[in-house]
Order: sequence, then structure tokens, then C-alpha cells
Amino acid sequence: MREHDAPDPHLPLEEDAGLTYYEQRVEAIQALLIEKGLLSADDVRRAVEDMEARSPAVGARVIARAWVDPHFKRHLLADAKAAIATLGINVDTWSTLVAVENTPAVHNVVVCTLCSCYPRSLLGVPPDWYKSLNYRARVVQEPRTVLKEFGLELASDMEVRVYDSTADMRYLVIPQRPAGTEGLSEAALAELVSRDSMIGVTRAREPSP
Amino acid sequence: MPGVHDRGGWPAAGPINKTEHALSFWEKRTDALLVLLSSADRRVIRVDELRRAIESLPPEAYETMGYYERWISAIETLLIEKNVLTKAEIDRKAEQLVEQGPTA
Repeated sequence: MREHDAPDPHLPLEEDAGLTYYEQRVEAIQALLIEKGLLSADDVRRAVEDMEARSPAVGARVIARAWVDPHFKRHLLADAKAAIATLGINVDTWSTLVAVENTPAVHNVVVCTLCSCYPRSLLGVPPDWYKSLNYRARVVQEPRTVLKEFGLELASDMEVRVYDSTADMRYLVIPQRPAGTEGLSEAALAELVSRDSMIGVTRAREPSP
Repeated sequence: MPGVHDRGGWPAAGPINKTEHALSFWEKRTDALLVLLSSADRRVIRVDELRRAIESLPPEAYETMGYYERWISAIETLLIEKNVLTKAEIDRKAEQLVEQGPTA
């Protein structure tokens, strides 16, 4: 770094170091909305912070509780929002949430073929592949092949159910509790619950021996 | 013929790219703008309207644009449609920002 040197006037302007077209549009729209008093810079900062604070850890906590508490699991399957609210999580602004349970006979996997609807409050922002045109196209048509690409091989007699989300109804997969986890605490169980296992493209992690 | 957004069973779909990227600042900001504009106390844009605007993109644009590029284009379309902002206003502001350079 030549921090103290004056910029060389003969160097070309670094055009690609500037804002891209879409970055410019975001900046411009945000600046105008602030000027017009529709929102403040603080509102934007807080909304970004809220977004960054949401992570799959929230979902993992819900799943771990369902694994240790059969009553909670029944409640979660019957009315997911009401059950989650009992954990002290604020569900006021959520759209309808449906929890579906993986069993030795049935495997569930979630997609949004139309766009990218996802239980963000529980899992954070969706991964790129969830929003990709190819995942959306294929998982409803050849789910077993897609799951194999994620490293999940299912027995041929296992039923596979694919849930297609909408803005008004989102899904959470309750993965199967791994074998050999009887002695684990709820917090240790939550560590085994990955984001992808709650989308249904993988199983929950095995406990380290 | 389904709309370009209606991807379930779309023919000739290829392998799924599982590479993930952390959202950049402008992407987070785009997300934040939608959350704020659709909040209960503002209700400038509703999520269904955003979807309609995204789904109305020309098919080629839909398939080549990035995820948040579709979002910010749709947000712009809706804000203009609703007379909250004008295109000229946004163009002018964007130009000013370019002139200022990336100082923010």
C-alpha cells in the first residue's frame, strides 16, 4: 500500500471499483425514500441487522425441543406457530408455518418453485441453491436424484414428499433424531440440526463419537 | 405455457450449483428496503405485488438477472407505478452518486 503517495494521474480510472448499475439503483432509491421521509437511514440499518441476526440456530432450537419433548412435537405438527410461540419466540408477523416430520418411512423436502419462499425467521436467508432455477425445476420432478446430489441416498421403499412453499405458507422439516443421541442435552442436540436438514436435503448430523 | 417464474418441472434443467455466497451489502440493503416498504406501518409495497413485478420481467431478463437484481428492479417498478418516485428522479440521483464516487 502506498498510502501517502498522491494518486498517479496517468492511471486509468478504476471503473469496476465503482458502483454497479443495480448498486446505483439501490443507493438512489434508498436516498430518495429517506429524503421523502418514508424511512430513515437508521430504519435501514436496523432492518439489515435484524436480517443478519436470523440464523438456522433458531430453527435448530425448535427441532431439538421437538426431539426431547413429545408433547411439544405434537403441538408443533398440529400448529407450528402456536408451538413456537411457547418457546418465547415472537411469531406475530409470520405467515402460516407447517412443520413436517421425517420418519423411517417418509422423507420430506421443501422447495419454492415460483420464487424463494422460506421460513426465514427460523433459518435466516435461503442459500443460493434454494433460489436457483435448477433446484426449483428439478426437486419436484426427480427428488431422489436431487437428494443424491446433496449426498442423501434414500431406500427405494422410502416415501418422498416434496412441499412447494408460497408466500403465505412455509414449511419446516423436522429431521429424524440421529441414533446414539439418547444422553445428549437439548443444546447439544441443537448442534446436530443443520440448516439443510431442516430444508430436507440432508439428514441431521451424527454426533461425534 | 407456464410463466418464466413457474420453474417446477421446467425442461432441460441442469445440475444444481451448490456454491453459496455471503450476501453483499447492496443485497442486504435491497432486502431491508422491501422489509421496510412492506411493513405494517408503511404498506407501500405488498409481497404479492413484488412477486407480480418480478414475474412480469421479460423472460430473458428473469433468467439472467441475479436474485436481488430482480428484487431491486421490481421495487423500482412498483415505486414508479405507485407515484412514490419517478424514473427521472431515480436516474438523476443515481448519476449524482456516480459523480460523487464510492465514498459512502
